[in-house]
Amino acid sequence: MNYQYAEFEVVRNDDRCIRCRVCERQCANEVHKLVETKKGNFMISDETKCVDCHRCVSLCPTRALKIVKSDLTFRKNDNWHESNIKEIYKQAETGGVLLSSMGNPENFPVYFDKILINASQVTNPSIDPLREPMETKVSLGKRNHGIKRDKDGKIVPQKYPSLELNLPIMFSAMSYGSISYNAHESLARAARELGTYYNTGEGGLHQDFYKYGKNTIVQVASGRFGVFEDYLETGSAIEIKMGQGAKPGIGGHLPGEKITEDVSKTRMIPVGSDAISPAPHHDIYSIEDLRQLVFSLKEATNYKKPIIVKVAAVHNISAIASGIARSGADIIAIDGFRGGTGAAPTRIRDNVGIPIELALASVDSRLREEGIRDNVSLVVGGSIRSSADIVKAIALGADAVYIATSALIALGCHLCRTCQAGKCNWGIATQVPELVKRLNPDIGSKKLVNLLTAWNREIKELMGGMGINSIEALRGNRLMLRGVGLTQKELDILGIKHAGE
Amino acid sequence: MLKEGEIRIPSGCAIAGVISKEGKNINGKIIVDSMTVMHERSNGLGGGFAGYGIYPEYKDYYAFHLFYDGKEAKEVCEKYLDKKFEIINLSKIPVRKTPKITDEPLIWRYFVMPNHNLLRDSQLDEKEYVSRCIIYINTEIKGAYVFSSGKNMGCFKGVGFPEDIGDYFMLENYNGYLWTAHGRYPTNTPGWWGGAHPFSFLDTSVVHNGEISSYDANRRYIEMFGYKCNLLTDTEVIAYIIDFLSRKKGLTMEEISLVISAPFWQTIDKADTEKKELCEYLRKEFPSLLITGPFSILVGFDGGVMALNDRLKLRSMVVGEKDDKVYFASEECAIRKMEENVENIWSPKGGEPVVVTVNKEKL
Amino acid sequence: MKRVYVNEKWCLGCHLCEYNCAYANVGGINMYLSLKDKKISPNVRIEEKDNITYAVACRHCSDPICLKSCIAGAISQEDGVIKINKDKCVGCHTCILVCPYGVLHLTDNGVMQKCELCTNNGSKTPACVKGCPNNAIVFMEK
Repeated sequence: MNYQYAEFEVVRNDDRCIRCRVCERQCANEVHKLVETKKGNFMISDETKCVDCHRCVSLCPTRALKIVKSDLTFRKNDNWHESNIKEIYKQAETGGVLLSSMGNPENFPVYFDKILINASQVTNPSIDPLREPMETKVSLGKRNHGIKRDKDGKIVPQKYPSLELNLPIMFSAMSYGSISYNAHESLARAARELGTYYNTGEGGLHQDFYKYGKNTIVQVASGRFGVFEDYLETGSAIEIKMGQGAKPGIGGHLPGEKITEDVSKTRMIPVGSDAISPAPHHDIYSIEDLRQLVFSLKEATNYKKPIIVKVAAVHNISAIASGIARSGADIIAIDGFRGGTGAAPTRIRDNVGIPIELALASVDSRLREEGIRDNVSLVVGGSIRSSADIVKAIALGADAVYIATSALIALGCHLCRTCQAGKCNWGIATQVPELVKRLNPDIGSKKLVNLLTAWNREIKELMGGMGINSIEALRGNRLMLRGVGLTQKELDILGIKHAGE
Repeated sequence: MLKEGEIRIPSGCAIAGVISKEGKNINGKIIVDSMTVMHERSNGLGGGFAGYGIYPEYKDYYAFHLFYDGKEAKEVCEKYLDKKFEIINLSKIPVRKTPKITDEPLIWRYFVMPNHNLLRDSQLDEKEYVSRCIIYINTEIKGAYVFSSGKNMGCFKGVGFPEDIGDYFMLENYNGYLWTAHGRYPTNTPGWWGGAHPFSFLDTSVVHNGEISSYDANRRYIEMFGYKCNLLTDTEVIAYIIDFLSRKKGLTMEEISLVISAPFWQTIDKADTEKKELCEYLRKEFPSLLITGPFSILVGFDGGVMALNDRLKLRSMVVGEKDDKVYFASEECAIRKMEENVENIWSPKGGEPVVVTVNKEKL
Repeated sequence: MKRVYVNEKWCLGCHLCEYNCAYANVGGINMYLSLKDKKISPNVRIEEKDNITYAVACRHCSDPICLKSCIAGAISQEDGVIKINKDKCVGCHTCILVCPYGVLHLTDNGVMQKCELCTNNGSKTPACVKGCPNNAIVFMEK
């Protein structure tokens, strides 16, 4: 007996269905099927396989389909939630660790939604971005190195390793393997067109994408997949991945079936072998080891490239960040607990880490208290959902943000959170050639460019409203924020006042 | 109601200034009179003046002007001053009682030198030593506030219309080579004398008209370097930024203008290579010191003055010349009040600094 | 001239082009009222074998052999678009025999039909192109 009930129902308006079978052809989970009988042709659905990804809904030319949550109910219980019961059935059946993907969906507070932004009235003017210059260019790296002058007393301008962004948004790490070739190509092309960066993740860099090197951040993670001299040389920055918001404290595991010929070449591991990233870097058991890796990478690239250290937002994040800011790294990337993943143990994803808003605020305050904020730039990610989130993050103290889930949604992801199955109907989180081809990078890169262009316009509108015409003047400008419905403790950590104060 | 320093109060204003390039004496009455014609730009909630070259007989000593809420604060503060400095001279600052100025604090002046042994033991340079002491008094000694601390310069300010404040401090008894003035129009009623302008720190004084939108970004950055923005006013943070960039980073006034009123990237991109590299470098070195939102400021420093607008020129500021003198004001009428036959009146562009220095040999 | 081109690399074999084509040529208020329970006869058709799918439609040859072979003078070329005059067509199938791409089809009433780039149904962009979810069919100058 199987206790697994269908989570969703496929509702087909049969008056509208013209039996074109696009749903059947496009569902990699084989939910839909045409049955020919003497009485006529019928479309039937196996709803237990449905993941609610909306591929069929989106492509149905007569809008005959909708997917709804099944209202099959357990007896009401405020302690034993439906998910608890279902997960127990699943684990009793399989004996396995539950896997999930994308970010933590649980009902924890979203602080961005409890913060409001200021605007100018009377005493100073708002600025219209359509009429006046409005600057969102950002440079990431160390600052305030000390002024050097020549013998005539003229300043000698110096160049330091940095990343130059036209807008304060970068695409964060997603490996080739966890996402498809076409998804990577879309990100790379969009980054180039926008004047920003995408990130290889820990899967190495596909040979075809070396040409996007100027807009690429290459990652060095605990598995060290695909890391070699050309790889480090090609990227504009090197990111050491210590942790990830979706699964702090644990490594990664890309199953052998995703290690196709191409992925194997890029990762430099045999076809079909599991790609296991250890939980820690086995050469970094403490902060002094991190410093060594930072400088090894700098040494290997002639001190030309900024080094990013990416960490998950965990309880003592400000002390960790303070250590990193003194380790020689140029940029710290902090990933909040809502950050996405291609696969993570459910318990870890849903119970480990802290919100990015609090992590960011406490790190920025701590680095300023210690007088070392200039040592590093701060990049934050982990569920940046809109331009308003970006403005709030920058006003809390971030230099720029990393987005990934938003980017995937722009590419068609419907957050069905079933990446771990490898059968992404949108051609994103899959290596199956017939599915991968569903994401045409011509369309994908255009959508990403559109999204970020739109967000940048909105950022400019919000800045103009505050009378700020350059993003530098927004960074850490916490007076521009007010909290609503937050406790004094929360306000203190965020370093903002309550609305009305 | 919260007073200045407990709450941030935006304000609009009038400013004026005059400098003699030859270092000739200008009487304080001239600058006081100039403010009368801009009466409408203030609302009686703050006025003040800064004069340079006014204490020639004490020019080697730091002239501390202090406000005290009461005798207790004065006793605590004087004990501290006595410990950290050698006090050469101390006195009440002479004032002329007038019904227009009320609720005044105790106002005292001290000419001091750092205590030689303590200075040596601190391993700080002299100015840093003095600056830390000022920050200590203003942050830690309740009811005491150092509102002027430079050498051979002094700041005079209070709650009232600027011309009344000038009359109260009897500025006709002071002569200097540079004067700046400020009339305030705060959008709240602070009623605290320390909140009036100019804001002065060591030799740097700032009068400012505007409300900067970058305030908290600037404040949180500059506080990393030991400054404490107790007043929560724009002028205070601007003064600290200028002190930081000039004294600690060694930038010239023109270079400072490239940081705080940095050219737009689109302007930088069009500049010649040398200028482009310099502007780009300075913007990237001190991004958090860019000041946005409307401001027109007059920065007084030892031996000169800089007039500067925000890069969009969202506040008025005109400059005029006559003989050895250069005049600055929010409105031309204030300049004409100082010099009827002023020549070359112009309005500097946004972000374009006008720096005038005194021929030091003539001082 | 702008023609319809097909990029096999991006064709998903979803067959939506066929339905969009059929609907454009049948017309009506909406697709399900027009196509429900009908056998469609589109001018673009998906060819598929193994994992390869490919939409095939008239290429509007610059030197059209169908036009030359038409015994009834029913095929003409206007601004590069090859059209069929259904009143003149006698249904002799000669065009079907000569067309190397197999893009002419017989209608139920015995005359020929073919893609006329939607010039005959008022769409500015051919319906197959507009409805293709993956830009596998494009309308462009080449």
